[in-house]
Amino acid sequence: MLLYNSMQQIVKVSQLTKQFNNLTAVNQLSFSVESGDVYGFLGQNGAGKSTTIRMLLTLITPTSGEISIFGYDLNKHRKEILQQIGAVIEKPDVYKYLSAYENLKLFAKLSGVKPTNKLLMDQLEMVGLASRAHDTVKTFSQGMKQRLGIGIALVHNPQLIILDEPTNGLDPQGIADIRNLILILSREMKKTVIVSSHLLNEIEQIATRILIIDKGQKLVEGSSAELFNDQQTILQISVANNESAIQTIQSSNWANNLLPERDGQIMVGLNKEDIPNFNRMLAASGVDIYSLQARHSLEDYFLQVTAGKQHVGTFTN
Amino acid sequence: MWEHLQIELYKVFKRPRTYLSFAAITALIGVIQLGLLVDGKEYADFVMADFANSFSVDGKILNGYFICYVILQLLLVHVPLLIALIAADMISGEANMGTLRILLTKPQSRTSIVMAKFIASVIYTLLLLIWIAIMGLFLSMLIFGTDDLFLMKSSYVVIVKESDVFWRYAGAFCFAALAMVTVAALGFFLSFFAENSIGPIVATMSVIIVCTILSTMNIPLFNLIKPYLFTTHMITWKEFFDFKVNDANEAIIGSIQYPDKIIRSATVLAVHIVLFVGSAVLLFRKKDILS
Amino acid sequence: MKMKLNKKLLFLFTTIFLSVASHAQDMNALVMKVKAKLEKVKDYTADGRMKTDVAFIKAPIGRVKVYFKSPDKFKLQRDGGISVLPKGGVSINIGSMIMQTGFVAIDAGMSTVGNTPVRIVKLLPEADAGEIILSTLYIDETNLLIRKSVTTTRENGTYEMELQYGKYASYGLPDKVLFSFNAKDYKLPKGITLEFDDTDKAVKDKMKGKKGRVEINYTAYTINTGLSDAIFK
Repeated sequence: MLLYNSMQQIVKVSQLTKQFNNLTAVNQLSFSVESGDVYGFLGQNGAGKSTTIRMLLTLITPTSGEISIFGYDLNKHRKEILQQIGAVIEKPDVYKYLSAYENLKLFAKLSGVKPTNKLLMDQLEMVGLASRAHDTVKTFSQGMKQRLGIGIALVHNPQLIILDEPTNGLDPQGIADIRNLILILSREMKKTVIVSSHLLNEIEQIATRILIIDKGQKLVEGSSAELFNDQQTILQISVANNESAIQTIQSSNWANNLLPERDGQIMVGLNKEDIPNFNRMLAASGVDIYSLQARHSLEDYFLQVTAGKQHVGTFTN
Repeated sequence: MWEHLQIELYKVFKRPRTYLSFAAITALIGVIQLGLLVDGKEYADFVMADFANSFSVDGKILNGYFICYVILQLLLVHVPLLIALIAADMISGEANMGTLRILLTKPQSRTSIVMAKFIASVIYTLLLLIWIAIMGLFLSMLIFGTDDLFLMKSSYVVIVKESDVFWRYAGAFCFAALAMVTVAALGFFLSFFAENSIGPIVATMSVIIVCTILSTMNIPLFNLIKPYLFTTHMITWKEFFDFKVNDANEAIIGSIQYPDKIIRSATVLAVHIVLFVGSAVLLFRKKDILS
Repeated sequence: MKMKLNKKLLFLFTTIFLSVASHAQDMNALVMKVKAKLEKVKDYTADGRMKTDVAFIKAPIGRVKVYFKSPDKFKLQRDGGISVLPKGGVSINIGSMIMQTGFVAIDAGMSTVGNTPVRIVKLLPEADAGEIILSTLYIDETNLLIRKSVTTTRENGTYEMELQYGKYASYGLPDKVLFSFNAKDYKLPKGITLEFDDTDKAVKDKMKGKKGRVEINYTAYTINTGLSDAIFK
């Protein structure tokens, strides 16, 4: 059993690259997921989300780069790490000729859990399939299969749950069910969840942190609070001396606009029209400014990406 | 590993397709038995036509032992299809269903999963052969009785004494099992290269058919590669039904004419199995699961 | 074939018959004596062990039971198992070696079979229609036993029988019969065996053109028990 409880960082990915022949599906991708996050993984179809998620689950071997989960190298501790992960990857495919109960039992065994009748029925109850427990999956709707898939992913009570495009092919009710389930997992059961999607509105309602990738590269990563504040532009400031600059800001009228530091850079949320004033204030206070970068709001940004107009790298931090 | 195997067997025997093979064998054997029961004499006359010109053969040629030989001769050519149906589907079928990726995100080593799958196909293969033995040998013995086994080889006639036959069948079935496991290994190996079941099943059969043709055709060029084709060795079970004679041309009971042939063929088949399964394991450990 | 045989016969007639015509009566008498001895046996059954020795037939030694009833009923029965015998050969037996009626016996000189001196007697049928064209008997004159016979049949070629006597010599019944014939090569219809024909050529050649033999060792005779005709059906 891994000692994951004390870990702040559940997943740490650095310089992850995957090449399929000539195609670079994932390119130098780094990110981290912290305990309790609902980590939204956003990108167009073909952006490299699935490839990345499959690398987290050891379905695909990275060309280079490192993945550690629960603080352990995934390569070296594959089995122990996977014991604490539950996943639904794309369609929740199960054995169609078996019943829901039989499927769950089989995967529970494979997950290293002793599949008692109570455990299995409780699990089916949780995903609302108890009444159909002994029907073959052949007869199930897409939504029921999805719920069974989630039941299978959770049967061994994992700490990290990875859901790859969990709402694909579901009707609005099904989508809402999944959203609620993720919130329950995160808020009530204190699980860490990684969820991928190509739809921003799906992610923005549940994610605590978001990573957007395109063409296998990271475009932006940040907390929802940072990224979804429509009123504000996030200003990323690079200065000679952070401490004195922060002191300057804190003693100014803009103190409340200060955001937590990221990667050694000062972050400030501002209305666009305030940026010139803010800039003048800093300069007047004698702060040596190396650079000042304004970030678009996420929505605009994502629309640009999905419209294919994005210049890769501009917003990489 | 043991748990894996249980799970794989559970999956195999929960599928209707598995029982299709057993039904097919039952039907095929039933048809042969019925045919020989009704018109067996004519079949025997046909086989012996030329021989009967100069010799008269007395005795119960159409006994259970002979029927089983006919069944094996006819059936073992087709059984590979039934084996491919399961073995070549082992990986590709799960890739097709989408269950492979769930399976492989479970905390189990890939080697263990692959081996469990292969052993499950081997067990299926063996059960199929046991079923053939029950239907083809034991049921035939029951229906047709037992007697000496009269066989026409391509250039001579062999009469195996009744008391000397049964152990030969035991050996022949063991050898046939080895041959069929080779087929399973081939199908299993090919099932790594596709995400649908039909491809590997057809590929397995094609390989077997092409190799069998090469093994059968008597062309010098092909003769060079024949010894290395596993299909050449798959019918070596027949060697169990040929015995040595002493200087007075008396049958030596309990002997085999060419035991070295059996050993050589078994070795070639075993090497094929190891190669197919070994490559399958190696490939699978590194395979990117994109299904 | 027939022409050739006829010529042969003519040759036999003209040479042997003319030169040893005076012996003919003696020979007939000898044959009749042998026949009379054999006729003491009205019927018999015997157990035997039969071995088929044909180069291209591999067969185990089998147990047989033989039934005979005067004048010419004969039956060889495998005690289970499967037997392969040259066609028509089974009916050639001690009883039918000597034609029942209408033959001419010709003295063909002396010889030995094993270490036993024998007189060679050729039997020619007077009628043309019979199955047997020519029968040559090697008769042990002292014991009135046929040691060897060569029979040419119309349909089934030439057979040679060598007989060895023991306990039942007084009845003229052999302990061992060695039956030789020309084993014709045979070929199987192709595609029947589903076998890759990889038999060594040397092995194949060895199996060709050899004389075939059937060897029967008789053990227990039971003589004159009044066998029913039903057995021979």
